[in-house]
Amino acid sequence: MFKLLEGPQTLGRGKIFWSCFLAVLAGALAYPLFADSYDVGNFAYFLIWIFMALGLCLMWGYGGMLSFGQTLFFGIAGYGYGVLAINMGGGTATIGALVLSVFLAMLAAGILGYFMIWGGINGIFFGIVTLSATLVLAFFLGQTAGPEWHIGPARLNGFNGMKGMDPLTVGDFYIEGSALYYVMIALIVIVYLALRMLVNSGIGNVIVATRENPQRAEMLGYDVRKYQLLTFVIGSGLAGLSGALYTSWGQFITPSSIGLPAAAMPIVWVAFSGRSDLTATLVGSFLLLFGFQTITVYSQQAALVLMGALLLATVMLAPQGFVLGIGRLVAGWWRGRRRDDGAVMAEAGRLQSEES
Amino acid sequence: MSAEVFSVFYQFADVFAFLILSAAGLAIVFGMMGVINMAHGEFIMCGAYVTVGLVNLGVPLAIAQALAALTAGLIGVLVEFLVVRRFYKRPLDSLLATWGLSLIVTQSMLLIVGSAVRGIGTPEGSFAIGGYTFSTYRLVLFGCAVAVLAGLYVIFMKTRFGVIARATMQNAAMAKALGARTGRIYAISFGIGTGLAGLCGALYAPTMTLIPTMGATFVVESFVTVVIGGANVLLGTAPAAVFLAMIRMALNASYGQIIGQIGMLVAVILIIRVMPEGLSSVLVRRGR
Repeated sequence: MFKLLEGPQTLGRGKIFWSCFLAVLAGALAYPLFADSYDVGNFAYFLIWIFMALGLCLMWGYGGMLSFGQTLFFGIAGYGYGVLAINMGGGTATIGALVLSVFLAMLAAGILGYFMIWGGINGIFFGIVTLSATLVLAFFLGQTAGPEWHIGPARLNGFNGMKGMDPLTVGDFYIEGSALYYVMIALIVIVYLALRMLVNSGIGNVIVATRENPQRAEMLGYDVRKYQLLTFVIGSGLAGLSGALYTSWGQFITPSSIGLPAAAMPIVWVAFSGRSDLTATLVGSFLLLFGFQTITVYSQQAALVLMGALLLATVMLAPQGFVLGIGRLVAGWWRGRRRDDGAVMAEAGRLQSEES
Repeated sequence: MSAEVFSVFYQFADVFAFLILSAAGLAIVFGMMGVINMAHGEFIMCGAYVTVGLVNLGVPLAIAQALAALTAGLIGVLVEFLVVRRFYKRPLDSLLATWGLSLIVTQSMLLIVGSAVRGIGTPEGSFAIGGYTFSTYRLVLFGCAVAVLAGLYVIFMKTRFGVIARATMQNAAMAKALGARTGRIYAISFGIGTGLAGLCGALYAPTMTLIPTMGATFVVESFVTVVIGGANVLLGTAPAAVFLAMIRMALNASYGQIIGQIGMLVAVILIIRVMPEGLSSVLVRRGR
């Protein structure tokens, strides 16, 4: 099974790559020993969004489905976690709230995905239908300020957002600060490795084949709709995981983390990083989140202008993504030194085959 | 009794006008080039700001609105030349590029202009039928929506430009081989599309608060109308707007705006399951 960690669908293989991976992981694990707790909390905040980016990478880069609805499922699970955590009471029940809220997001993705995928919606329309649903949820939550909008004791509170839910808790122990940071690291490692295995498995190959040419995949006997729905549900579920963790991290969520411009952010991260590879998305998204947070301290608008400019620059100058492009250059240089041209060609061929 | 009938028509006309005016520009750009302009809302915002700016300078409302639509159209031609032109072979990338543009414009406006600008107030004037009072301006908006449809019909069906444009739409390579300057046709069509977006903003500017993010209020309606309308403005967008306006009006009247919007979205999601190519392809097929 672990053989699937490496394969034709993912960049990075061999001892050197995995040594780098372990070195970065060791650095991440050691980080709270040196940094103060404020910085650790901030780092945990960046890590929250990684799941959403990886989910979009799976759907868009591997499945060829450009979903603009990552924040829709982020919001469903984020609000879901809040409502469930308040209604089920704090304590260990919050873990149940997390699991249930992610399940809720996946269920919503399953329903929306069924209508779109079985209806044959793809390409541009897939994007704008998911975005319309996202905006409608944001508008709806924005007008729930009145006291009549509540689920059990949980008030939705309109634009001011919902608050008062417990963070993730085991018994009497609140998972906050470094503990939350370690939970995030563990989850990211699990999700990252699991996604690598998924895309290199037989299912992953069908997903990629569907992206390349849905008709051809269908002729080979696969019901591509099922694979697309599976991809959409997993990708959106990861956005849901981000949402539930976000609510738990800050103990609040507002409609502004669903609507515009929030909905554009995952697109920018993944486009900039290079949608066709999980590792590039992981690295690029983290770098962008870090940079964005640094600028946001001075001006949120300026940071968003920069994100827009990055998106525009990416599609005009490097449609496959900047991080991936740089990574490929380095890998090509390395392999070139080892005179292993065949592998480079194969790699380049794989990466270029998705011009569509 | 006639007052009730008129009241229903009035509510229908209100929603219909909103759908047509916000979607027409988007639909033209999509129909001609297969591109969804994600900065559509920002062109609407542009039209609204230019209108209010000119009115505050003392220009009469109607002239300010015409100038605003013209400004948005010219900016659209410029944007087509600088950005959109490169992406006709990559429609998904054009979506991303225009979204990037939209982010840049909205957030820069927030930085430069700030959050709110002094509005100009809805033009006065109302009339009464039976026990109900109706705003005249809302009927003017309906008239404008019908005029936009009529205007598009004339431009695309009765002029030389329209013939060449439809030829380009059907088969761009062939049209080019026959001597049509497809590049220019695309630029003009994009300009017409953004000009109509500007017109939408200009017409609704007196009725709403001006904020740089106001484009978002229009995009859901324009997206869903284009999704079920498909590529043809006259045979797709217009019937789609009629259909959605009826659903929306019924729900608005009994449950309020937000339920109306949710109902419209649900209807669209159900429709794409059975009619994925949009209304226009179904209507066009019937017509043949």
